[in-house]
Amino acid sequence: MAMIEVDKLNLSFGEGAEANQVLHDVCFDVGDGEAFGLVGESGSGKTTVLRCLAGQYSHWSGSLAINSERLGRKLDKARCRKLQMVFQDPYGSLHPRHTVETALSEPLAIHGITDASRRIDSILTKVGLPTNFRYRYPHQLSGGQRQRVAIARALILEPRILLLDEPTSALDVSVQAEILNLLADLRKQEGLTYLLVTHDLGVVAHLCDRVAVMQQGRIVDLIESASLVGAVPEHPYTRMLVEASRHYSREMAEVGADLTPAEAV
Amino acid sequence: MMNQTNQPLLQVEDLRVSFTSGGALVDAVRGVSFSLGREKLAIVGESGSGKSTVGRTLLRLHPKSARITASKMQFGDIDLATCSEKTMQSIRGQRMSMIMQDPKYSLNPVMRVGDQIAEAYLAHHKVARAEANQRALAMLEAVRIRDPQRVFRMYPHEVSGGMGQRIMIAMMLITEPEVVIADEPTSALDVSVRLQVLATLDDLVSKRGLGLIFISHDLNLVRSFCDRVLVMYAGRVVESIAASDLDNAKHPYTQGLLASLPSVDQRRERLPVLQRDPAWLTQPIGA
Repeated sequence: MAMIEVDKLNLSFGEGAEANQVLHDVCFDVGDGEAFGLVGESGSGKTTVLRCLAGQYSHWSGSLAINSERLGRKLDKARCRKLQMVFQDPYGSLHPRHTVETALSEPLAIHGITDASRRIDSILTKVGLPTNFRYRYPHQLSGGQRQRVAIARALILEPRILLLDEPTSALDVSVQAEILNLLADLRKQEGLTYLLVTHDLGVVAHLCDRVAVMQQGRIVDLIESASLVGAVPEHPYTRMLVEASRHYSREMAEVGADLTPAEAV
Repeated sequence: MMNQTNQPLLQVEDLRVSFTSGGALVDAVRGVSFSLGREKLAIVGESGSGKSTVGRTLLRLHPKSARITASKMQFGDIDLATCSEKTMQSIRGQRMSMIMQDPKYSLNPVMRVGDQIAEAYLAHHKVARAEANQRALAMLEAVRIRDPQRVFRMYPHEVSGGMGQRIMIAMMLITEPEVVIADEPTSALDVSVRLQVLATLDDLVSKRGLGLIFISHDLNLVRSFCDRVLVMYAGRVVESIAASDLDNAKHPYTQGLLASLPSVDQRRERLPVLQRDPAWLTQPIGA
Protein backbone atom coordinates (compact mmCIF):
# COMPACT_ATOMS: atom_id res chain seq x y z
CA MET A 1 0.00 0.00 0.00
CA ALA A 2 1.30 3.42 -0.87
CA MET A 3 1.93 5.82 1.99
CA ILE A 4 2.77 8.80 -0.19
CA GLU A 5 1.29 9.21 -3.65
CA VAL A 6 2.48 12.01 -5.88
CA ASP A 7 0.71 12.22 -9.21
CA LYS A 8 1.34 14.70 -12.02
CA LEU A 9 2.72 17.33 -9.65
CA ASN A 10 3.34 20.61 -11.46
CA LEU A 11 4.50 23.90 -10.02
CA SER A 12 5.42 27.26 -11.52
CA PHE A 13 6.60 30.52 -10.10
CA GLY A 14 5.68 33.79 -11.78
CA GLU A 15 2.83 34.67 -14.11
CA GLY A 16 2.20 34.56 -17.87
CA ALA A 17 5.27 34.92 -20.06
CA GLU A 18 7.48 35.28 -16.99
CA ALA A 19 6.32 31.95 -15.56
CA ASN A 20 9.06 29.54 -14.65
CA GLN A 21 7.91 25.98 -14.36
CA VAL A 22 10.01 24.20 -11.75
CA LEU A 23 8.20 20.84 -11.55
CA HIS A 24 6.99 18.94 -14.61
CA ASP A 25 4.56 16.05 -14.09
CA VAL A 26 6.39 14.54 -11.14
CA CYS A 27 4.89 11.11 -10.27
CA PHE A 28 6.03 8.57 -7.71
CA ASP A 29 4.69 6.38 -4.89
CA VAL A 30 6.33 5.56 -1.58
CA GLY A 31 5.18 2.40 0.18
CA ASP A 32 4.33 2.14 3.86
CA GLY A 33 7.59 1.80 5.78
CA GLU A 34 9.70 2.39 2.69
CA ALA A 35 12.65 4.75 2.45
CA PHE A 36 12.54 6.57 -0.85
CA GLY A 37 15.24 8.92 -2.12
CA LEU A 38 15.16 11.90 -4.45
CA VAL A 39 18.57 12.85 -5.83
CA GLY A 40 19.57 15.64 -8.14
CA GLU A 41 21.67 18.76 -8.38
CA SER A 42 20.71 22.22 -7.20
CA GLY A 43 17.70 23.52 -9.07
CA SER A 44 16.46 20.06 -10.03
CA GLY A 45 13.31 20.53 -7.93
CA LYS A 46 13.94 17.84 -5.36
CA THR A 47 13.46 20.07 -2.33
CA THR A 48 10.46 21.71 -4.00
CA VAL A 49 8.68 18.35 -4.05
CA LEU A 50 9.26 18.06 -0.30
CA ARG A 51 7.99 21.58 0.27
CA CYS A 52 4.78 20.84 -1.64
CA LEU A 53 4.19 17.79 0.58
CA ALA A 54 5.05 19.73 3.71
CA GLY A 55 2.57 22.44 2.81
CA GLN A 56 5.12 25.21 2.32
CA TYR A 57 3.86 25.76 -1.24
CA SER A 58 0.16 25.66 -1.94
CA HIS A 59 -0.18 26.68 -5.61
CA TRP A 60 0.80 23.33 -7.07
CA SER A 61 -1.41 21.37 -9.42
CA GLY A 62 -1.81 17.61 -9.66
CA SER A 63 -2.57 15.39 -6.75
CA LEU A 64 -0.83 14.54 -3.50
CA ALA A 65 -2.08 11.85 -1.16
CA ILE A 66 -0.94 10.53 2.19
CA ASN A 67 -2.23 7.14 3.29
CA SER A 68 -4.83 7.28 0.47
CA GLU A 69 -6.21 10.63 1.67
CA ARG A 70 -5.85 13.50 -0.77
CA LEU A 71 -4.03 16.51 0.57
CA GLY A 72 -5.69 19.89 0.44
CA ARG A 73 -3.78 23.02 -0.40
CA LYS A 74 -3.91 24.42 3.07
CA LEU A 75 -1.63 23.04 5.71
CA ASP A 76 -3.83 21.79 8.55
CA LYS A 77 -3.07 20.31 11.94
CA ALA A 78 -3.99 16.83 10.75
CA ARG A 79 -1.24 16.89 8.13
CA CYS A 80 1.32 17.93 10.75
CA ARG A 81 0.46 14.82 12.73
CA LYS A 82 1.07 12.66 9.68
CA LEU A 83 4.29 14.12 8.33
CA GLN A 84 7.15 16.20 9.64
CA MET A 85 10.28 17.58 8.11
CA VAL A 86 13.95 17.55 9.15
CA PHE A 87 16.02 20.33 7.60
CA GLN A 88 19.53 20.46 6.26
CA ASP A 89 21.26 22.83 8.58
CA PRO A 90 20.92 22.09 12.29
CA TYR A 91 22.65 25.41 12.96
CA GLY A 92 19.84 27.32 11.26
CA SER A 93 16.79 25.21 12.01
CA LEU A 94 16.80 25.49 15.81
CA HIS A 95 15.86 28.75 17.51
CA PRO A 96 19.07 30.01 19.14
CA ARG A 97 17.29 31.42 22.22
CA HIS A 98 14.97 28.47 22.86
CA THR A 99 16.08 25.55 24.98
CA VAL A 100 15.65 22.03 23.68
CA GLU A 101 12.67 21.71 26.00
CA THR A 102 10.96 24.80 24.55
CA ALA A 103 11.61 23.61 20.99
CA LEU A 104 10.17 20.18 21.73
CA SER A 105 7.17 21.30 23.75
CA GLU A 106 5.92 23.83 21.20
CA PRO A 107 4.43 21.27 18.77
CA LEU A 108 2.82 19.52 21.75
CA ALA A 109 1.25 22.75 22.98
CA ILE A 110 -0.08 23.59 19.51
CA HIS A 111 -1.71 20.19 19.24
CA GLY A 112 -3.07 20.27 22.79
CA ILE A 113 -1.10 17.28 24.00
CA THR A 114 -0.73 17.31 27.76
CA ASP A 115 1.96 15.01 29.16
CA ALA A 116 4.74 17.05 27.51
CA SER A 117 7.42 16.33 30.09
CA ARG A 118 7.16 12.57 29.81
CA ARG A 119 7.07 12.72 26.02
CA ILE A 120 10.17 14.93 25.88
CA ASP A 121 12.10 12.49 28.06
CA SER A 122 11.06 9.55 25.95
CA ILE A 123 11.82 11.23 22.61
CA LEU A 124 15.26 12.40 23.79
CA THR A 125 16.09 8.86 24.85
CA LYS A 126 14.85 7.59 21.50
CA VAL A 127 17.21 9.85 19.54
CA GLY A 128 20.10 8.92 21.81
CA LEU A 129 20.44 12.06 23.92
CA PRO A 130 20.53 12.19 27.75
CA THR A 131 17.27 13.55 29.17
CA ASN A 132 19.01 16.43 30.94
CA PHE A 133 19.81 17.89 27.50
CA ARG A 134 16.32 19.39 27.60
CA TYR A 135 17.72 22.35 29.54
CA ARG A 136 20.37 23.16 26.96
CA TYR A 137 20.45 25.83 24.29
CA PRO A 138 21.49 24.99 20.71
CA HIS A 139 24.90 26.66 21.13
CA GLN A 140 25.64 24.15 23.89
CA LEU A 141 25.23 21.26 21.47
CA SER A 142 27.46 19.87 18.72
CA GLY A 143 26.23 19.65 15.13
CA GLY A 144 25.30 16.00 15.46
CA GLN A 145 23.46 16.60 18.74
CA ARG A 146 21.53 19.48 17.15
CA GLN A 147 20.46 17.25 14.29
CA ARG A 148 19.29 14.70 16.86
CA VAL A 149 17.20 17.43 18.49
CA ALA A 150 15.77 18.37 15.07
CA ILE A 151 14.84 14.72 14.51
CA ALA A 152 13.28 14.57 18.00
CA ARG A 153 11.23 17.68 17.23
CA ALA A 154 9.98 16.09 14.03
CA LEU A 155 9.10 12.83 15.79
CA ILE A 156 7.45 14.21 18.91
CA LEU A 157 4.03 14.38 17.24
CA GLU A 158 4.44 10.71 16.27
CA PRO A 159 4.11 11.21 12.52
CA ARG A 160 4.17 8.23 10.15
CA ILE A 161 6.31 10.04 7.60
CA LEU A 162 9.56 11.97 7.85
CA LEU A 163 10.58 14.31 5.06
CA LEU A 164 14.37 14.56 5.25
CA ASP A 165 15.99 17.45 3.39
CA GLU A 166 19.74 16.78 3.17
CA PRO A 167 19.79 15.79 6.85
CA THR A 168 23.52 15.04 6.99
CA SER A 169 25.17 17.31 4.45
CA ALA A 170 26.23 19.88 7.06
CA LEU A 171 27.89 17.21 9.22
CA ASP A 172 31.32 15.59 9.29
CA VAL A 173 31.47 12.04 7.92
CA SER A 174 31.89 10.41 11.33
CA VAL A 175 28.85 12.28 12.67
CA GLN A 176 26.97 11.60 9.44
CA ALA A 177 27.43 7.86 10.07
CA GLU A 178 25.88 8.22 13.54
CA ILE A 179 22.85 10.14 12.24
CA LEU A 180 22.32 7.71 9.35
CA ASN A 181 22.42 4.81 11.81
CA LEU A 182 19.92 6.60 14.05
CA LEU A 183 17.58 7.18 11.10
CA ALA A 184 17.84 3.53 10.06
CA ASP A 185 17.11 2.35 13.63
CA LEU A 186 14.15 4.69 14.09
CA ARG A 187 12.63 3.55 10.83
CA LYS A 188 12.89 -0.06 11.92
CA GLN A 189 11.54 0.56 15.45
CA GLU A 190 8.70 2.90 14.58
CA GLY A 191 7.83 1.65 11.10
CA LEU A 192 8.37 5.13 9.66
CA THR A 193 8.23 6.06 6.00
CA TYR A 194 11.08 8.26 4.75
CA LEU A 195 11.29 10.60 1.81
CA LEU A 196 14.93 11.68 1.65
CA VAL A 197 16.28 14.47 -0.54
CA THR A 198 20.02 14.63 -1.10
CA HIS A 199 22.72 15.24 -3.68
CA ASP A 200 24.89 12.53 -2.15
CA LEU A 201 24.37 9.22 -3.86
CA GLY A 202 26.25 7.33 -1.17
CA VAL A 203 23.81 8.54 1.49
CA VAL A 204 20.73 7.77 -0.54
CA ALA A 205 21.94 4.33 -1.58
CA HIS A 206 22.71 3.55 2.03
CA LEU A 207 19.42 4.62 3.54
CA CYS A 208 16.85 4.14 0.76
CA ASP A 209 15.38 1.18 -1.06
CA ARG A 210 14.48 3.09 -4.21
CA VAL A 211 15.86 6.29 -5.69
CA ALA A 212 14.34 8.73 -8.18
CA VAL A 213 16.83 10.87 -10.09
CA MET A 214 15.62 14.40 -10.83
CA GLN A 215 16.93 16.84 -13.40
CA GLN A 216 15.41 20.21 -14.27
CA GLY A 217 12.10 19.51 -12.56
CA ARG A 218 11.54 16.04 -14.00
CA ILE A 219 12.14 12.54 -12.73
CA VAL A 220 14.49 11.11 -15.33
CA ASP A 221 15.30 7.76 -13.78
CA LEU A 222 14.01 5.42 -11.06
CA ILE A 223 16.33 2.78 -9.65
CA GLU A 224 16.58 0.22 -6.87
CA SER A 225 19.55 0.99 -4.60
CA ALA A 226 20.51 -2.68 -4.53
CA SER A 227 20.91 -2.67 -8.31
CA LEU A 228 23.59 0.05 -8.07
CA VAL A 229 26.14 -2.15 -6.30
CA GLY A 230 29.16 -2.41 -8.58
CA ALA A 231 26.94 -1.57 -11.54
CA VAL A 232 27.03 1.02 -14.30
CA PRO A 233 23.54 2.57 -14.60
CA GLU A 234 22.05 2.88 -18.06
CA HIS A 235 20.77 6.44 -17.87
CA PRO A 236 23.68 8.77 -18.71
CA TYR A 237 22.84 11.32 -16.02
CA THR A 238 22.48 8.66 -13.31
CA ARG A 239 25.72 7.09 -14.50
CA MET A 240 27.52 10.43 -14.12
CA LEU A 241 26.15 10.91 -10.58
CA VAL A 242 27.06 7.37 -9.54
CA GLU A 243 30.55 7.52 -11.04
CA ALA A 244 31.19 10.89 -9.43
CA SER A 245 30.26 9.46 -6.03
CA ARG A 246 32.82 6.69 -6.57
CA HIS A 247 35.78 8.78 -7.69
CA TYR A 248 37.00 11.74 -9.74
CA SER A 249 37.77 10.95 -13.34
CA ARG A 250 38.59 13.00 -16.42
CA GLU A 251 36.12 11.20 -18.67
CA MET A 252 33.23 11.86 -16.30
CA ALA A 253 34.11 15.55 -16.27
CA GLU A 254 33.63 15.62 -20.04
CA VAL A 255 30.36 13.69 -19.77
CA GLY A 256 29.19 16.04 -17.02
CA ALA A 257 29.89 19.00 -19.31
CA ASP A 258 27.53 17.59 -21.93
CA LEU A 259 24.78 16.86 -19.43
CA THR A 260 24.58 20.21 -17.68
CA PRO A 261 23.05 23.37 -19.07
CA ALA A 262 25.68 25.76 -20.41
CA GLU A 263 24.87 28.61 -18.03
CA ALA A 264 25.66 26.47 -14.99
CA VAL A 265 29.25 25.97 -16.05
CA MET B 1 55.19 16.69 -16.27
CA MET B 2 57.94 19.25 -16.55
CA ASN B 3 60.47 20.52 -14.04
CA GLN B 4 60.47 17.21 -12.25
CA THR B 5 63.04 17.86 -9.58
CA ASN B 6 63.47 16.36 -6.17
CA GLN B 7 63.87 19.74 -4.54
CA PRO B 8 60.70 20.34 -2.52
CA LEU B 9 58.89 23.65 -3.10
CA LEU B 10 57.88 23.94 0.50
CA GLN B 11 59.17 22.39 3.69
CA VAL B 12 57.34 22.71 6.98
CA GLU B 13 58.66 21.32 10.22
CA ASP B 14 56.99 21.29 13.61
CA LEU B 15 54.43 23.99 12.85
CA ARG B 16 52.40 25.10 15.86
CA VAL B 17 49.56 27.59 15.84
CA SER B 18 47.51 28.71 18.80
CA PHE B 19 44.83 31.33 19.23
CA THR B 20 43.78 33.18 22.34
CA SER B 21 40.14 32.68 23.11
CA GLY B 22 38.65 34.39 26.14
CA GLY B 23 42.02 34.62 27.85
CA ALA B 24 42.83 30.94 27.30
CA LEU B 25 45.28 29.67 24.71
CA VAL B 26 43.78 27.16 22.27
CA ASP B 27 46.14 24.99 20.26
CA ALA B 28 44.81 24.65 16.71
CA VAL B 29 47.87 23.10 15.08
CA ARG B 30 50.25 21.04 17.19
CA GLY B 31 53.47 20.09 15.48
CA VAL B 32 52.73 19.56 11.78
CA SER B 33 55.56 18.65 9.42
CA PHE B 34 55.36 18.01 5.70
CA SER B 35 57.05 18.85 2.45
CA LEU B 36 55.48 19.70 -0.87
CA GLY B 37 56.95 18.96 -4.28
CA ARG B 38 55.41 19.50 -7.71
CA GLU B 39 52.44 17.38 -6.80
CA LYS B 40 48.86 17.42 -5.58
CA LEU B 41 48.98 17.07 -1.82
CA ALA B 42 45.72 16.69 0.06
CA ILE B 43 45.13 17.67 3.66
CA VAL B 44 42.00 15.91 4.94
CA GLY B 45 40.32 15.90 8.29
CA GLU B 46 37.08 16.80 10.01
CA SER B 47 36.00 20.27 11.02
CA GLY B 48 38.29 21.65 13.67
CA SER B 49 41.21 19.38 12.77
CA GLY B 50 43.33 22.38 11.81
CA LYS B 51 43.57 21.70 8.08
CA SER B 52 42.51 25.19 7.00
CA THR B 53 44.62 26.76 9.73
CA VAL B 54 47.72 25.17 8.20
CA GLY B 55 46.84 26.59 4.77
CA ARG B 56 46.22 30.07 6.12
CA THR B 57 49.40 30.01 8.20
CA LEU B 58 51.50 29.47 5.09
CA LEU B 59 50.18 32.75 3.66
CA ARG B 60 50.20 34.46 7.06
CA LEU B 61 46.49 35.20 6.92
CA HIS B 62 45.89 34.88 10.65
CA PRO B 63 45.27 37.79 12.98
CA LYS B 64 48.29 39.16 14.85
CA SER B 65 47.07 37.54 18.06
CA ALA B 66 47.72 34.08 16.65
CA ARG B 67 50.90 32.51 17.99
CA ILE B 68 52.79 30.77 15.23
CA THR B 69 56.03 28.88 15.72
CA ALA B 70 57.86 26.47 13.47
CA SER B 71 61.35 25.12 13.42
CA LYS B 72 61.21 25.48 9.65
CA MET B 73 58.85 26.94 7.04
CA GLN B 74 61.08 27.06 4.00
CA PHE B 75 59.59 28.26 0.72
CA GLY B 76 62.35 28.33 -1.91
CA ASP B 77 64.99 30.63 -0.45
CA ILE B 78 62.63 32.31 1.99
CA ASP B 79 61.77 31.32 5.54
CA LEU B 80 58.06 32.06 5.90
CA ALA B 81 58.26 31.95 9.68
CA THR B 82 60.66 34.85 10.05
CA CYS B 83 60.45 36.91 6.86
CA SER B 84 59.23 40.51 6.96
CA GLU B 85 55.69 41.58 6.17
CA LYS B 86 57.05 43.22 3.01
CA THR B 87 58.54 39.96 1.76
CA MET B 88 55.28 38.26 2.63
CA GLN B 89 53.40 40.73 0.46
CA SER B 90 55.58 39.89 -2.50
CA ILE B 91 54.87 36.19 -2.00
CA ARG B 92 51.17 36.33 -1.25
CA GLY B 93 49.20 36.10 -4.48
CA GLN B 94 52.37 36.15 -6.54
CA ARG B 95 54.40 33.06 -5.70
CA MET B 96 51.81 31.39 -3.51
CA SER B 97 48.06 31.91 -3.75
CA MET B 98 44.88 30.55 -2.28
CA ILE B 99 41.58 29.44 -3.79
CA MET B 100 38.76 29.83 -1.28
CA GLN B 101 35.72 27.67 -0.78
CA ASP B 102 32.83 29.81 -1.86
CA PRO B 103 33.10 32.23 -4.79
CA LYS B 104 29.90 33.93 -3.59
CA TYR B 105 31.74 35.33 -0.59
CA SER B 106 35.28 35.56 -1.92
CA LEU B 107 34.81 37.70 -5.03
CA ASN B 108 34.35 41.45 -4.76
CA PRO B 109 30.64 41.97 -5.45
CA VAL B 110 30.97 45.52 -6.82
CA MET B 111 33.79 44.95 -9.27
CA ARG B 112 33.64 43.40 -12.70
CA VAL B 113 35.07 39.90 -12.85
CA GLY B 114 37.69 40.78 -15.46
CA ASP B 115 38.91 43.80 -13.52
CA GLN B 116 39.35 41.65 -10.42
CA ILE B 117 41.48 39.16 -12.30
CA ALA B 118 43.53 41.95 -13.90
CA GLU B 119 43.95 43.58 -10.48
CA ALA B 120 45.59 40.42 -9.18
CA TYR B 121 48.14 40.70 -11.98
CA LEU B 122 48.63 44.47 -11.63
CA ALA B 123 49.32 44.11 -7.92
CA HIS B 124 52.53 42.28 -8.71
CA HIS B 125 53.54 43.48 -12.18
CA LYS B 126 54.28 46.98 -13.48
CA VAL B 127 52.43 46.75 -16.76
CA ALA B 128 49.81 48.78 -18.59
CA ARG B 129 46.16 48.16 -17.75
CA ALA B 130 45.53 46.96 -21.31
CA GLU B 131 48.15 44.27 -21.03
CA ALA B 132 46.75 43.07 -17.69
CA ASN B 133 43.31 42.92 -19.27
CA GLN B 134 44.70 40.85 -22.13
CA ARG B 135 46.22 38.45 -19.66
CA ALA B 136 42.97 38.23 -17.70
CA LEU B 137 41.10 37.34 -20.89
CA ALA B 138 43.64 34.68 -21.75
CA MET B 139 43.32 33.32 -18.23
CA LEU B 140 39.52 33.12 -18.50
CA GLU B 141 40.05 31.10 -21.63
CA ALA B 142 42.55 28.85 -19.85
CA VAL B 143 39.95 27.97 -17.21
CA ARG B 144 37.62 27.04 -20.06
CA ILE B 145 35.06 29.80 -19.84
CA ARG B 146 33.19 29.69 -23.11
CA ASP B 147 32.74 33.38 -23.86
CA PRO B 148 35.59 35.16 -22.06
CA GLN B 149 34.85 38.59 -23.58
CA ARG B 150 31.34 38.56 -22.17
CA VAL B 151 32.22 37.06 -18.79
CA PHE B 152 35.04 39.60 -18.39
CA ARG B 153 32.43 42.36 -18.10
CA MET B 154 30.10 40.53 -15.72
CA TYR B 155 29.66 41.10 -12.00
CA PRO B 156 30.01 38.18 -9.56
CA HIS B 157 26.24 38.00 -8.92
CA GLU B 158 25.69 37.34 -12.62
CA VAL B 159 27.77 34.18 -12.75
CA SER B 160 26.95 30.67 -11.53
CA GLY B 161 28.82 28.88 -8.75
CA GLY B 162 30.93 26.82 -11.12
CA MET B 163 31.83 29.84 -13.20
CA GLY B 164 32.65 31.82 -10.05
CA GLN B 165 35.04 29.12 -8.93
CA ARG B 166 36.74 29.12 -12.36
CA ILE B 167 37.09 32.88 -12.09
CA MET B 168 38.75 32.49 -8.73
CA ILE B 169 41.11 29.87 -10.15
CA ALA B 170 41.93 32.28 -13.00
CA MET B 171 42.63 35.05 -10.50
CA MET B 172 44.90 32.86 -8.41
CA LEU B 173 46.86 31.43 -11.32
CA ILE B 174 47.33 34.60 -13.39
CA THR B 175 50.49 35.51 -11.49
CA GLU B 176 51.90 32.06 -12.25
CA PRO B 177 52.50 31.04 -8.64
CA GLU B 178 54.66 28.11 -7.65
CA VAL B 179 52.31 26.89 -4.95
CA VAL B 180 48.51 27.04 -4.87
CA ILE B 181 46.51 26.32 -1.74
CA ALA B 182 42.92 25.31 -2.47
CA ASP B 183 40.68 25.32 0.60
CA GLU B 184 37.66 23.12 -0.14
CA PRO B 185 37.46 24.60 -3.64
CA THR B 186 34.58 22.45 -4.82
CA SER B 187 32.45 21.67 -1.79
CA ALA B 188 29.94 24.42 -2.65
CA LEU B 189 29.46 23.02 -6.16
CA ASP B 190 27.17 20.46 -7.75
CA VAL B 191 28.55 17.09 -8.77
CA SER B 192 28.80 17.65 -12.53
CA VAL B 193 30.17 21.18 -12.15
CA ARG B 194 32.59 19.99 -9.47
CA LEU B 195 34.05 17.43 -11.85
CA GLN B 196 34.64 20.07 -14.50
CA VAL B 197 36.23 22.57 -12.12
CA LEU B 198 38.51 19.82 -10.83
CA ALA B 199 39.46 18.86 -14.38
CA THR B 200 40.39 22.49 -15.07
CA LEU B 201 42.48 22.69 -11.91
CA ASP B 202 44.08 19.34 -12.69
CA ASP B 203 45.14 20.48 -16.18
CA LEU B 204 46.60 23.77 -15.00
CA VAL B 205 48.50 22.18 -12.14
CA SER B 206 50.13 19.52 -14.28
CA LYS B 207 50.75 21.84 -17.26
CA ARG B 208 52.46 24.49 -15.16
CA GLY B 209 54.17 22.10 -12.76
CA LEU B 210 52.77 23.72 -9.62
CA GLY B 211 52.56 22.36 -6.15
CA LEU B 212 48.94 22.12 -5.04
CA ILE B 213 47.77 21.85 -1.45
CA PHE B 214 44.21 20.61 -1.62
CA ILE B 215 42.35 21.01 1.67
CA SER B 216 39.24 18.85 1.80
CA HIS B 217 37.02 16.71 3.96
CA ASP B 218 36.05 14.46 1.06
CA LEU B 219 38.15 11.31 1.22
CA ASN B 220 36.62 9.76 -1.87
CA LEU B 221 37.48 12.78 -3.96
CA VAL B 222 40.98 13.16 -2.59
CA ARG B 223 41.72 9.51 -3.19
CA SER B 224 41.26 9.85 -6.93
CA PHE B 225 42.32 13.47 -7.42
CA CYS B 226 45.51 13.87 -5.38
CA ASP B 227 48.89 12.17 -5.27
CA ARG B 228 49.48 12.16 -1.55
CA VAL B 229 47.27 12.61 1.50
CA LEU B 230 47.96 14.03 4.96
CA VAL B 231 45.29 13.01 7.45
CA MET B 232 44.86 15.51 10.27
CA TYR B 233 43.25 14.92 13.63
CA ALA B 234 43.08 17.47 16.43
CA GLY B 235 45.82 19.66 15.01
CA ARG B 236 48.26 16.87 14.16
CA VAL B 237 49.07 14.84 11.09
CA VAL B 238 48.25 11.28 12.12
CA GLU B 239 49.06 9.71 8.78
CA SER B 240 50.81 10.60 5.54
CA ILE B 241 50.04 8.19 2.74
CA ALA B 242 49.98 7.89 -1.06
CA ALA B 243 46.43 8.53 -2.29
CA SER B 244 46.39 5.27 -4.21
CA ASP B 245 47.34 3.47 -1.03
CA LEU B 246 44.50 4.81 1.15
CA ASP B 247 42.82 1.41 1.28
CA ASN B 248 45.84 0.16 3.23
CA ALA B 249 45.79 3.06 5.69
CA LYS B 250 47.41 2.09 8.99
CA HIS B 251 46.04 4.64 11.40
CA PRO B 252 42.72 3.68 13.05
CA TYR B 253 41.42 7.24 12.50
CA THR B 254 41.98 7.06 8.74
CA GLN B 255 40.47 3.59 8.65
CA GLY B 256 37.51 4.77 10.71
CA LEU B 257 36.88 7.75 8.44
CA LEU B 258 36.98 5.58 5.34
CA ALA B 259 34.69 2.97 6.86
CA SER B 260 32.10 5.52 7.96
CA LEU B 261 31.56 6.78 4.40
CA PRO B 262 28.27 5.51 2.97
CA SER B 263 28.86 3.96 -0.41
CA VAL B 264 26.86 3.05 -3.47
CA ASP B 265 28.78 -0.19 -3.82
CA GLN B 266 28.56 -1.53 -0.32
CA ARG B 267 25.17 -2.28 1.24
CA ARG B 268 25.51 -2.25 5.01
CA GLU B 269 22.84 -2.40 7.63
CA ARG B 270 24.70 0.05 9.87
CA LEU B 271 27.73 2.23 9.31
CA PRO B 272 30.64 1.67 11.68
CA VAL B 273 30.92 4.61 14.05
CA LEU B 274 34.31 6.13 14.71
CA GLN B 275 35.63 5.33 18.19
CA ARG B 276 38.09 8.06 19.13
CA ASP B 277 41.11 6.96 21.11
CA PRO B 278 42.65 9.64 23.39
CA ALA B 279 46.06 8.23 22.51
CA TRP B 280 45.68 9.71 18.99
CA LEU B 281 46.18 13.13 20.54
CA THR B 282 49.69 12.39 21.67
CA GLN B 283 51.26 9.38 20.00
CA PRO B 284 53.89 10.12 17.35
CA ILE B 285 53.13 9.63 13.67
CA GLY B 286 53.58 6.11 12.43
CA ALA B 287 53.21 4.63 15.90
